[in-house]
Amino acid sequence: MIATIGRRAAAAIEAAGRWGFFMADLGRATADAGTWSRLLVGQMRRIGVDSLPVAVFIAAFTGVVLALQASYTFTGAVPLYFVGTLVGKTMMLELGPVLTGLALAGRVGATMAAELGTMKVTEQVDALETLAYDPQSYLVLPRVLAATLMFPVIVALSILTGILTGWLTSLALLHLSTPEFIKGLKLFYVFKDTWFGLFKSATFGCTIAVVGCWMGLGTYGGAEGVGRSTMRAVVYSAVLILVLDALWAAVVLR
Amino acid sequence: MIEFHDLHKGFGPKAVLTGLTLAVPDGETMVIIGYSGSGKSVALKHIVGLLHPDAGDVIVDGRAVSTLDRAGLTALRRDIGYVFQFAALFDSMSVAENVALGLRRRALDDDEIAERVREALALVDLTGTDERYPAELSGGMRKRVGIARAIALRPKYLLYDEPTTGLDPVTSAGMDRLMVRAREHLGVTGVVVTHDLRSAYTVGDRVAMLYEGRIRQVATVQEIQETEDPVVRQFIEGRAA
Repeated sequence: MIATIGRRAAAAIEAAGRWGFFMADLGRATADAGTWSRLLVGQMRRIGVDSLPVAVFIAAFTGVVLALQASYTFTGAVPLYFVGTLVGKTMMLELGPVLTGLALAGRVGATMAAELGTMKVTEQVDALETLAYDPQSYLVLPRVLAATLMFPVIVALSILTGILTGWLTSLALLHLSTPEFIKGLKLFYVFKDTWFGLFKSATFGCTIAVVGCWMGLGTYGGAEGVGRSTMRAVVYSAVLILVLDALWAAVVLR
Repeated sequence: MIEFHDLHKGFGPKAVLTGLTLAVPDGETMVIIGYSGSGKSVALKHIVGLLHPDAGDVIVDGRAVSTLDRAGLTALRRDIGYVFQFAALFDSMSVAENVALGLRRRALDDDEIAERVREALALVDLTGTDERYPAELSGGMRKRVGIARAIALRPKYLLYDEPTTGLDPVTSAGMDRLMVRAREHLGVTGVVVTHDLRSAYTVGDRVAMLYEGRIRQVATVQEIQETEDPVVRQFIEGRAA
């Protein structure tokens, strides 16, 4: 029992140490701009543009459901134009960033872990090093920067999509007029709603990419190892998104 | 010159290298032979700093590899070409892009890179495969692209990790010829890790046998073939214990 606790504590300390070195290496790699800047646009396209259909699909249905649930909850007690308030606030502050983050933890995080994990077990990462490339500046930094920059863009479009489908649902099914929906949408809006959601999504993107790359480059043990790293990348990213979500709410919204 | 100084390396409880000492003078091709799992590839990876020793060090042209920082390692790796056991080609890049990748780290213009890629592919008899992807190549062709990628850098040292493993005898012989040709063409110092004795006798100036983490014997090809050492004899005759 004590030996098991000791082993786990030692493993946790070792993992924390490796994480620290990984992040320090990532910081150092920023100086190698000649390498990562060439790869950044390609990664932004892969992470941003290619993820848009999934994010927009999720947001579209979220907007519909939010409008219907708001109407269901408000009936008889709260004026119906508050549907616009709830759809807008919820999409901007919470569901836009978090649902998109969780969905892309699967798509983007898993892709990064699997891709880098495969490169690791097939010695492609070693080959990069022998060709005098730093894997941090060639593989990790472009992905982390691209995810950090593109997640706010994806989330902004998701929020717009959710509000749009919420509005269309209100028109078609709740018999709410456009001016009423917009009145509700503007009712308690503050600019902080916008920047908070986008800032949060940038931290989610950064987290997903860092975890995906860390897991990928830490892969060992062939195909089974790649599967293990991929699964861990998705689970750890999802957990960290929820933790960060609570943290930012506590720090920024109080 | 590459020198292994009392190199120790273990993975968990398993000690792989237990005091490897060996010198590879400039201009020589040293072949390291030994049983599977004896630590040959581990020794090779220490030369380019892909592994960090538990004790001892590898000295390359006076530079202690384990003490080098990132910039020092990058400078060292510019002098070394490494041919991986399974080629380690980048799947998402064409043959030409694979060969050009290392060159893009140097101050070369696009025309010079293209010329070096063409030259390297010609040297390994792969002219015309520029646009093909690794998945479209046979195992032997992939290994030759791996060699082309290494020699395109015009390195001072070439390291080969099991260059003939998994190849048929004819393709293996072709690979041996390539290694000899690369050496004659570039005048490089080579370290070849293999358990293919025919290959060792063809490409090596000297042969070192790694056994239980240390060098058991270093000798010329002829001396190795005539050795009285029972462990080396057993290995080269392929007798079961």
